[in-house]
Amino acid sequence: MAKILIIAEHDGSTLNPSAAKSVACAADISDAEIDVLVLAADGESVASQAAEIAGVSRVLVANNAANEPALAVVHAPQVVAAASGYSHVFGPSTTWGKDLMPRVAALLSVNQISDIMAVLGSHEFRRPIYAGNAIVTVTAPAESVVVATVRTASYKSAGGGNSAAVESLELDVELPTHTRFVELQSGSSDRPDLQTAARVVSGGRALGSAEDFEIIYKLADKLGAGVGASRAAVDAGYVPNEMQVGQTGKIIAPELYVAIGISGAIQHLTGIKDAGTIVAINKDSEAPIFEVADIGLVADLFDAVPELEAKL
Amino acid sequence: MKTILVGIKRAVDYNVRVRVKSDGTGVETDGVKMSINPFDEIALEEALRLKEAGRTEEVVVISVGPSEAQQQLRTGLAMGADRAILIESDDAPQPLTLARAFLKLVEKENAGLVLLGKQSIDSDNNQTGQMLAALWGRPQATSASGIEVDGDTARVTREVDAGLEVVDIDLPGVITADLRLNTPRYVKLPDIMKAKKKPLETMSLADLGVEAGGDIVSSAFAPPEERSKGVIVEDVAGLVGALKEKGLL
Ligand SMILES: Cc1cc2nc3c(=O)[nH]c(=O)nc-3n(C[C@H](O)[C@H](O)[C@H](O)COP(=O)(O)OP(=O)(O)OC[C@H]3O[C@@H](n4cnc5c(N)ncnc54)[C@H](O)[C@@H]3O)c2cc1C
Ligand SMILES: Nc1ncnc2c1ncn2[C@@H]1O[C@H](COP(=O)(O)O)[C@@H](O)[C@H]1O
Repeated sequence: MAKILIIAEHDGSTLNPSAAKSVACAADISDAEIDVLVLAADGESVASQAAEIAGVSRVLVANNAANEPALAVVHAPQVVAAASGYSHVFGPSTTWGKDLMPRVAALLSVNQISDIMAVLGSHEFRRPIYAGNAIVTVTAPAESVVVATVRTASYKSAGGGNSAAVESLELDVELPTHTRFVELQSGSSDRPDLQTAARVVSGGRALGSAEDFEIIYKLADKLGAGVGASRAAVDAGYVPNEMQVGQTGKIIAPELYVAIGISGAIQHLTGIKDAGTIVAINKDSEAPIFEVADIGLVADLFDAVPELEAKL
Repeated sequence: MKTILVGIKRAVDYNVRVRVKSDGTGVETDGVKMSINPFDEIALEEALRLKEAGRTEEVVVISVGPSEAQQQLRTGLAMGADRAILIESDDAPQPLTLARAFLKLVEKENAGLVLLGKQSIDSDNNQTGQMLAALWGRPQATSASGIEVDGDTARVTREVDAGLEVVDIDLPGVITADLRLNTPRYVKLPDIMKAKKKPLETMSLADLGVEAGGDIVSSAFAPPEERSKGVIVEDVAGLVGALKEKGLL
């Protein structure tokens, strides 16, 4: 039987949606018992949210003031202590999970499987490489613990309605002080979260300035969509980095993705491969984005976008 | 500090459209352009800037890979690194093995900072830096878009899902570079000539006392699922119509 421990990401009060997706991935392993670990300063509320996820057996909460803000170097030794007896330890392939899980893997003396997109067996998985241009089947050594990150865009959230047992966990481990959180600079927004939004509108370099990027926000607001951007748009300073979609930004799977003035470089396409419908507006009919678009419109965005917004 | 170590991986150039071999045994690499993994070039540029600012005495570039990786190390030397070390290995070692090898070099070279890329663009692992920091028992600051070294600490700005996170780390430690950290310099012809005279030392994993093992085995390779062919609409009205047809409006 597989005993799987899922490390839950949260912001101190709200469980990150990646946890329910990691559970969905773990549930694809046959005969799995799934527990969730919450490392927090005061994790009761987050734990009760995790306990609702269908398929979860137990939620373990380890409270320690040092756990927030979340630092991988502080979390890792606790995860290692909690992981004893588990055959699998999974985290999400968010920036938090990518920071933490390899540190855990190294402390457990195993390589990590990054970005699971499909489960083939208890130790056999599929994952993307070369920015998603190839999918490889990988097998972890049978005798050691499997440490992995789950590519959240490949999974639908496990359902709710559960009421798993919540247990508190005493983890007696020494925590390092060599790393200190200073601040989080974050552009807060009322728009739907990019990573979970059902609809996303993204703008590229063609927008030309932060002021002109406003037309993307306007269209997004009409559609009730989250807003993303290409790397070029972020680099040019039109929008903050957390809006970047792609290989080094966010990998997303909305029902509707609208790419405006984005050429469709492979590194960008990696981030949207799992979108339901891709719409592209670009004035160059040869732009690679049209190779993946379900609906393409060859037009100047400064004409087409305001017109589209007016028609909605 | 005395030394900054920079990890440089030889990888398929980021402009190449990689294809899976028809028999599913790997990806086509014959005749394909190879370069320094782009994140590593950024890591090296940052190390060179730290040297120019007087924060370190020397910058050493390290690659683990086939003898052809000398090309990428020479490019690193031409950019301005002082020395290069090639750890020759036919197959691409996995992150845990790499981390063990880097740790040996850290001890040997008494490194104050190891700068790596945040991820290889071929294997897309995003593991080696975190693993090295774990085995070393030292801080890690991954996905850095800003680094200020001040004596024995570094203030690092990290690109995270929620925005930009700022952390202070005590050195020595490991920092991995994200794309916006800097724009790497161009190599000029005289620098390439000069680089030929800079020391490039070759050793093996066994020389460092590192054994590979516990590897994750890759078997079948497949191309990603193709998306079905889409439609091109004439105008905005056509776009609205197509969205309605799909039930999206
Ligand atoms: C290692 C690595 C990682 C990367 N990671 C990412 C990533 O995560 N995400 C990402 O996006 N990129 C990433 N990139 C960068 C990527 O390669 C491209 O450079 C980038 O995506 C280009 O952004 P863009 O499409 O906005 O700009 P461009 O490629 O400049 O495209 C602009 C497009 O706008 C169109 N256009 C111009 N004017 C108009 C107009 N008036 N109306 C309509 N259309 C117009 C043009 O025809 C063109 O197609 C990465 C690169 C590297 C090397
Ligand atoms: N074979 C290698 N030789 C030197 N450095 C490497 C090698 N593989 C990975 N690295 C370094 O580790 C970083 C992260 O790689 P990875 O964990 O494979 O995604 C890279 O950006 C490099 O800086």
